[in-house]
Amino acid sequence: MLAVLAQTGAGALENFLTFTVFGVVLASVYFIAASGLVVTYTTTGIFNFAHGAVGMLGAFAYWQLHVRWELPALLSALIVLGVLAPLFGFVLERVMRGLEGVSTVTKVVVSIGLLFALIKLAPIIWDPKGSYSVPAFFGTDKVDIFGAGVTYHQLITIGVAAVVALALRWILFGTRAGVSMRAVVDNRSLAQLTGTRPARVSMMSWSLGSMLAALSGILIAERLGLEATALTFLVVNAYAAAVVGRLSSLTLTALGAVILGLAQAYTQGYLQENPSWMPENWSLLAIRGVIPVLMLFAALLLMPNAPLRTQGIQRSREIVGRPTWRLAAIGSVVLVAITAVVALVVSDADVLTIGMGLCFAIVMLSLVPLTGYGGQISLAQMTFAGFGAYAVATWFDGSVLGIVAAILLAGAVGAIVALPALRLSGIYLALATLAFAFFTEKFIFNQRALFPTTAKPVRRLELPFVDLSSDRTYLVFLAVMFVLAGLLVVWLRLSPFGRRLQAMKDSPAACATLGMNLTRTKLQVFALSAGIAGFGGALMAGLQRAADTNQFTALQNLPILLMAVVGGLTMVSGALAGGLFLASFTLVPRWIPDFDVLGTTSRALVEDLFALLPGLLGITLGRNPNGAVAQIGAALRERKERAALDPAERTSRLPVDPVADLESAGVDRPFTDEDVELLDRVLAIDEAEVAAGVTA
Amino acid sequence: MSSHEGVDHDVPLLELRGVRAAYGRIEVLHGVDLAVPEGAVVALLGPNGAGKTTTLNVCAGLMEPTQGSVYLAGRRINGAAPDQLARLGVCTIPEGRGVFPNLTVRENLSMMTFSGRSLPEVEAVAYERFPRLAERRSQLAGTMSGGEQQMLAMARGLATDPALLLLDELSMGLAPLIVEELYAIVAQIAATGVSILVVEQFARTVLGVADYAAIMASGRIVQVGTPADLEAELSSAYLGG
Repeated sequence: MLAVLAQTGAGALENFLTFTVFGVVLASVYFIAASGLVVTYTTTGIFNFAHGAVGMLGAFAYWQLHVRWELPALLSALIVLGVLAPLFGFVLERVMRGLEGVSTVTKVVVSIGLLFALIKLAPIIWDPKGSYSVPAFFGTDKVDIFGAGVTYHQLITIGVAAVVALALRWILFGTRAGVSMRAVVDNRSLAQLTGTRPARVSMMSWSLGSMLAALSGILIAERLGLEATALTFLVVNAYAAAVVGRLSSLTLTALGAVILGLAQAYTQGYLQENPSWMPENWSLLAIRGVIPVLMLFAALLLMPNAPLRTQGIQRSREIVGRPTWRLAAIGSVVLVAITAVVALVVSDADVLTIGMGLCFAIVMLSLVPLTGYGGQISLAQMTFAGFGAYAVATWFDGSVLGIVAAILLAGAVGAIVALPALRLSGIYLALATLAFAFFTEKFIFNQRALFPTTAKPVRRLELPFVDLSSDRTYLVFLAVMFVLAGLLVVWLRLSPFGRRLQAMKDSPAACATLGMNLTRTKLQVFALSAGIAGFGGALMAGLQRAADTNQFTALQNLPILLMAVVGGLTMVSGALAGGLFLASFTLVPRWIPDFDVLGTTSRALVEDLFALLPGLLGITLGRNPNGAVAQIGAALRERKERAALDPAERTSRLPVDPVADLESAGVDRPFTDEDVELLDRVLAIDEAEVAAGVTA
Repeated sequence: MSSHEGVDHDVPLLELRGVRAAYGRIEVLHGVDLAVPEGAVVALLGPNGAGKTTTLNVCAGLMEPTQGSVYLAGRRINGAAPDQLARLGVCTIPEGRGVFPNLTVRENLSMMTFSGRSLPEVEAVAYERFPRLAERRSQLAGTMSGGEQQMLAMARGLATDPALLLLDELSMGLAPLIVEELYAIVAQIAATGVSILVVEQFARTVLGVADYAAIMASGRIVQVGTPADLEAELSSAYLGG
């Protein structure tokens, strides 16, 4: 639309004004979305990655009411904002409940699980083949402001943003409820001690956040149309504005939104042709789509250093067991043997899917040292894998050197990303890596010089004694490769480096005081982890005989993290389980008999359900920081231990004190005169009794 | 029990009976029996790790006992949420600084309005006793000195008209002069008829204010008496004798 304006616009000034108006409108939407994010973050301590998805659902709901059911626009908006969004806020509160005090990884995983589930849910409700357009408020009527035509919709958007800014300021700082919201974040138990009900306060802030998300979704849907992923990630752009506000200041968030909106509008308006200085097959135009992530990255780099935590160690429910070589050896042999059998019996299509599962498992394995041991979050592992795939597709044509190149390239890219991101931790690191993933998807992997077509052909690895041209042989080869990578990770855990990683996760401050170089350790683990991911990407490209950029999009990083966490980030077996889970979501629907049901087919139904699974599992099982495999292991061990116990001791695991106090006799019954006597005795200032009590 | 004048001992305001509590699988209270008579100041003393703070947390509703009962004015309150207890008149000032560091002094005071007093009333009470807080009303609480923060925390004890005040390690990290000043306020609050359970590791100052004292060691109450009775015994309890 802007492109057309630029070409037909009368003068440079008019163009400039038009772009500026567009920028301010965008800024308004970004501000509304970002302020919702800031409100929930400051009041619940949870950065809601699903915020954009809530906005997307809000826009769809508005469409349903206004366009499909033909309710008046204002009424529809009121229903969405006043009823549906707050209700959804209640749901969010239930989902996020119990996440205070858990590690950042767990918080990130739960909200990313929600994001992923909602993105997959929308197309199930609203068929993506349909056309959904949302009319502007008051149609296309325009007012003339300094020669630029401004629609009423745009004016309303700007006005709404201003009202939101003032209202939020008033709510958070001027009302008791707002002060309570901030108090709960500051010190939850103290807030309770001052009579605040944290659940109620969280519910208020989630509702408020959902309302703001939905509002931004409704306002932007007119321009963008309704498409689940695009709409979700448009709101994700607002993260950049929120980060400018350090996730706490609404004023700075507004400033960030204005810079972001204008920057985006001007680049889209003025950057119409690829500049002549760009090398052949490289295009700068794609930069227009990544302005928000570039700004997010820049804003993160300008963040001040996070102070090292000095108050005690981070409480965490995560338990990282030490692997043993014996177990690793048994596991390796069993995995390869089972894969060999599987390779012989399953169908051709299933071989490929299971192979993909093993490749996913290797990419997830890269998260074990990084996140499981080192406590660093990355949302770009699949992107690193993409660099690996690019390397095998480009260099050394099927030679082992291609794999080496893949590991080195991905490792180097990992180190380059890590360098600026090193100072960041927790949520900011997650955002920075996600920004990098988007940048790579939209800008780097979009260059014709790198990927002339989206799928670049790859020659499968050629080894001296084994012929890998058959998919079934390649599947066994993948199992062997997973085993090798797994053994490397086990070795890492048992090495001094693994110990350093674990120490860094437990207490960065203690490590620093022990003279450990945190920066170098982080850099090393990032590069190593990216290298493993690149290895997985290279093998994946080999399996499919193509490096397909569609498999390395930013969105693909989400199920990888989700399923890795569900499997268990601290163990090699967890990564394997995660990879195979992910593959099974494609595999199982294929085995379902196909028949018509509920106006669709059974297989389509199961496919829909399975598309939701990574998200749903992330929300539920992702809460357990030790993962499914560890959980099963712990349950088995407990059974064994209990079975070994004397039956009489089975009832309680608490150490039972053999000496029961006489005074504890009055438990669980009303207060009686004898109790008063007893109490008198307890509080009695009778020297003899007191002395007896001490000696007893 | 009749020897102490001015104290009604018929129904203790707070009573713990056979309270056991555990962190995960580790039991730290092995059957605590303790009573705070109405209007009395009871000091809970004992060495590090004796279970004093845990006992207080159980009283405040921050922890649920695994066994035994907690009674507030004769009503069993096991499992009551801390916010419910706060509304019932149990004012808990936790260990460290019981303030919200990222809220201003005034906003901190506004958090004390749950008991029914309006913000201006709360401010009047707080500023009258602690004029220094009035000067700092729009400053973030976290940027004040430790003593000022503790004063702000104590203002809650004054402003919310509690029936029971639970104080944890009031003196922690503060200069002796400030500690004395704070205990003068405790005495002042006690004089209005509020029952107080105060946990302290260092006993001298608190014994000057308390009606009774209990000594805790290894998750049990080992001795109860008046301050005078206990002063002599204290050193042995601390040295594990």
